[in-house]
Amino acid sequence: MAELELDCGLVEKMLVGFLRDEIGKVGFSRAVVGMSGGIDSSVVTALAARALGPENVLGLMMPYKTSSPDSLADATTLAEQLGIQTALVDITPQIDAYFDRFPGADERRRGNKMARERMTILYDFSAAWQALVVGTSNKTEWLLGYTTLWGDMASAVAPIGDLYKTQVRQLAAHLNIPESIIHKPPSADLWRGQTDEGELGFTYAEVDRLLFRLVDLRWPPERCLEDGFAADFVRRVVELIRRNQYKRRTPVVAKISQRTVDRDFRYPRDWGY
Amino acid sequence: MSERRTKVRIRLAQIAPRLGDLARNLDLHSQLIAAARADGVDLLVFPELSLTGYYLRDLVADMALPADGRELAVLAEAAGPMRVVAGFVERDSQARLYCAAAFMADAAVRHVHRKLYLPTYGMFDEGRYLTPGDAVRAFDAGGWRAGLMICEDAWHLSVPLLLSRQGVDMLIAVSCSPARGITVGRMAGQAAWEDMLATYARLTQSFVVFCNRVGWEDGVAFWGGSGVWGPGGEVLARAPILEEALVDCHIDLRDLDSARIASPLVADERDEVTWRELERIFRGRA
Repeated sequence: MAELELDCGLVEKMLVGFLRDEIGKVGFSRAVVGMSGGIDSSVVTALAARALGPENVLGLMMPYKTSSPDSLADATTLAEQLGIQTALVDITPQIDAYFDRFPGADERRRGNKMARERMTILYDFSAAWQALVVGTSNKTEWLLGYTTLWGDMASAVAPIGDLYKTQVRQLAAHLNIPESIIHKPPSADLWRGQTDEGELGFTYAEVDRLLFRLVDLRWPPERCLEDGFAADFVRRVVELIRRNQYKRRTPVVAKISQRTVDRDFRYPRDWGY
Repeated sequence: MSERRTKVRIRLAQIAPRLGDLARNLDLHSQLIAAARADGVDLLVFPELSLTGYYLRDLVADMALPADGRELAVLAEAAGPMRVVAGFVERDSQARLYCAAAFMADAAVRHVHRKLYLPTYGMFDEGRYLTPGDAVRAFDAGGWRAGLMICEDAWHLSVPLLLSRQGVDMLIAVSCSPARGITVGRMAGQAAWEDMLATYARLTQSFVVFCNRVGWEDGVAFWGGSGVWGPGGEVLARAPILEEALVDCHIDLRDLDSARIASPLVADERDEVTWRELERIFRGRA
């Protein structure tokens, strides 16, 4: 899959530079990362440790009682390898206290609640630690909307937001992330036995090849059929991209005045930095 | 026209301007001008929009300066006899805003180039905020002739051609070229730039001086890699990728004579054919 093959040395240099610059110039020197034991947060943590120094990175582990014990073990192994600081916050009491009041809630509600609970903890620790929250979302999940709005999507800076999942894997190998993390099936670990590919109904390898054609090469969907992609698969992915556009934007603002934030009041985020 | 120079010491200031902080950037320019002058530099080149940063959006108007204003005059005076190219947002008397590059020499602004081609597609939005320039003029750089191109200008063949036909010894290209397309091999934009600049040097039989910025704005990196190319397309100096750097290069303008005698490409150019054919094409469309 040469088309998705990264120059990992150069990408590492760019992302380390990105974290150092975008965090440093706004007056911070430290970062907090939610470590799930999965490949995305492992890559982000490794990049942050290289960019800011391991002593300036806090890896937060926030398991729920149903989370796989392997996840915590893998995250701990990586944190030790990198020499970063860690904190463990078991979210079980606060999640259970909430859902005791709403026992009929389905797994989707519970999963989203956990993602958002972790977000509030990350932001609280970022305030306590005078750090910025470094995001772990990748391009595949952002395009497909396979992510929780204001949950795992929330961050100050997103170093791997323009890398497809298969590219994150390449970078993980380059950054010497432990094999057990690279090779386990990707999972949000929101309930037992959950895997991303099982839930999505296709593999990352397949969908990344399709997304690369639709998004990066700007191919119309019909042309993807000529490349051997099944019509149902293409239709479904195109629809997922369209339907999840709202997640990639700030809330829609009702225009009343002559100058509205983000519509005709347009400033760069790095204004004055 | 001043007496022809032979040797020129060029310094490329591959800097990371602070976005929307004119005072800080002016200060940085002053410091680098003083240092270059102390080092005996003849020509100091800063990147596109070096006084303002690139992704300005609505900050464009706040950053704009008149070409004959105090800010540039102060830099020109500090430079003294040294030549300096710096990038700024120019505001004209009608409050039109341009992406401009000023050429300063002998303590004054001697030439201003306004960017002709404003990319307004993909990740670029310049046409929304800026007015395009409409002139391609070579100028006397004080001992040699030079022409300026700002980033996208260099992607249009007509610009180096028009400068070449005005007898330039040196093409100066300044840019804010973003790093993107990071697959195996060179970055997509970097590869294109290196090929273009070497080709322009070879075909116009001129020195090509390229200054591209570095640093990050809203998650976009500018890749740097500034350099100087000789009239055979050969690389004479290169700055690193993605890092701030000052790179010096000594050139000898007599190398142009050797190249042009060995292979009289520029001398043999038939302007009357170009003129006649362009006119025919233009009238055919009108």
